[in-house]
Amino acid sequence: MTTNPAPAPAATAAPEMKTDQMFINMGPQHPSTHGVLRMGLTVEGEKIVRAEPDVGYLHRGSEKLSEVRGYHHCVVLTDRWDYISSMMNNLVFCMAAERLMKIEVPERADDLRTVMCEFNRIASHLLFFGTYGIDIGAFTPFLYAFREREMVLDLFEMVCGARMTFNYIRLGGVMKDLPDPWCGKAKEFLEHFKPRLKEYDDLLSFNPIFLDRTQTVGKVPKDQAVNWGLSGPNLRASGVGYDVRKFAPYASYRKADFEVVVGKDGSCWDRYYCRVREMAQSVRIIEQILDQLKPGPVQGRGVAKVPKPPPGEAYAHIESSRGDLGIYLVSDGGFSPYRMHVRAPSFINLALLQESLVGLKVADVIAVLGSIDIVLGEVDR
Amino acid sequence: MGVVLEKLPGISGRVPGGEIVLTTADAIIGWGRKSSVWPLTFGLACCAIEMMGSYASRFDFDRMGVIPRPTPRQADVMIIAGTVVKKMADPIIQIYHQMPEPRFVISMGSCANCGGPYYDSYSVVKGVDKIIPVDIYIGGCPPRPEALQYAVIKLQEKISRMKLKNTHGATFQQAKGSREL
Repeated sequence: MTTNPAPAPAATAAPEMKTDQMFINMGPQHPSTHGVLRMGLTVEGEKIVRAEPDVGYLHRGSEKLSEVRGYHHCVVLTDRWDYISSMMNNLVFCMAAERLMKIEVPERADDLRTVMCEFNRIASHLLFFGTYGIDIGAFTPFLYAFREREMVLDLFEMVCGARMTFNYIRLGGVMKDLPDPWCGKAKEFLEHFKPRLKEYDDLLSFNPIFLDRTQTVGKVPKDQAVNWGLSGPNLRASGVGYDVRKFAPYASYRKADFEVVVGKDGSCWDRYYCRVREMAQSVRIIEQILDQLKPGPVQGRGVAKVPKPPPGEAYAHIESSRGDLGIYLVSDGGFSPYRMHVRAPSFINLALLQESLVGLKVADVIAVLGSIDIVLGEVDR
Repeated sequence: MGVVLEKLPGISGRVPGGEIVLTTADAIIGWGRKSSVWPLTFGLACCAIEMMGSYASRFDFDRMGVIPRPTPRQADVMIIAGTVVKKMADPIIQIYHQMPEPRFVISMGSCANCGGPYYDSYSVVKGVDKIIPVDIYIGGCPPRPEALQYAVIKLQEKISRMKLKNTHGATFQQAKGSREL
């Protein structure tokens, strides 16, 4: 903002406008905080001068709990961090543990892991698409998004029996092989889903009201995004093409040809649209992997019932639907990890709010907060 | 009452003077309460996503008169969907008191019932019934949307059994003293 030169004394002696700062408490029960985030907002009129995210309302102590659970049991805990994309949490923990135990994962298991993760990314981004619409004030996209999301959940239910907390990716491979009609159903869904993306664009992405609310709001420049350590679609929307799937390929991503979706100026709309376009890339990856799926074992050899990996440490990171999700595991040779640390992308992305919200209007808080797409289970663990 | 309502046009039409239904106060108040159970839009963790799923297209909670309200002042039932941690316990009690009476609580999922997978965690309240009275418990981690809908049906049955005479219009929990939490 430019500062105007000092105004000339007004002709009429209007009383001087007195402003005062006010503290607004937002959350932890607020329909648009996507869980139990609390924000302490200090406002001056309509403008925000200070924003403090307060986390910890869903701190369940999973990191500490993993120190008393066995490695197989830890996979169950991982499901509940980022409960919208549980497959990826399972995967990253298994990858770190497999590195500790030096277990080879069969090719088919890797392929299945990739397919499940990408389906989960679609489900996760669909949830974002729906709830972001609600945040901005459009309720209908929510119903459209959940129509497709339920179909993805049906596919998950076929392979592992659960709709949300799967525990499907296990140490050394996956729980079990695909049921017979699964591939056909998956392809059927993909064919159904591709034209839907166009529908979403017509419905919400290029809706003038939606554009007005999001396109000029909450811009995060490239250097700021990097400095704050953003990752995932939030970082890519700012124009940095960093994607763990490309830079450090894991599972079967090497086999798939896909592009890293990059936005322009890091506005709320860019962050939103990056996710919508990422769904199309996920469809591409799934199709390619499903086409070259070969029969074979889905469980690696040498996974003990009670694994006791040799003392050491391992780090694994993947591109989860919210960003660069990493796990640091330390083993002292016992049956449970000595220490587990999670590099949770939601938590790190959330930190940016205290800077990017300052100067915005109160009405834009939800637009920015929603576009960051946090999951409180992962923020607090 | 149910019979009367199903045959409403047939019965009320024959009453001289117009559309009059004769019933007991208990039945008509219970019917009114149970047919519009408005929950609070309040999700804690994983179960909240299944709760959203039950509002959405496939499961369509509106069929049962369940429409989410974003403020506790307009809500009848609070669905505790997720893990209650110690930091969140205080706000939950506060929200519970902000709801107008009669108020009901559905405890959704293992975490809210008893701590679930976090039964030995240092920061988790082992069951929301330690801090507020609960009407219906749903098992599962997370429960399916069908389970939540079944819970609401059960809650409706419970509401229709409420008697003004016994509790002066309060719920069973309030009669037992939940106002003095």
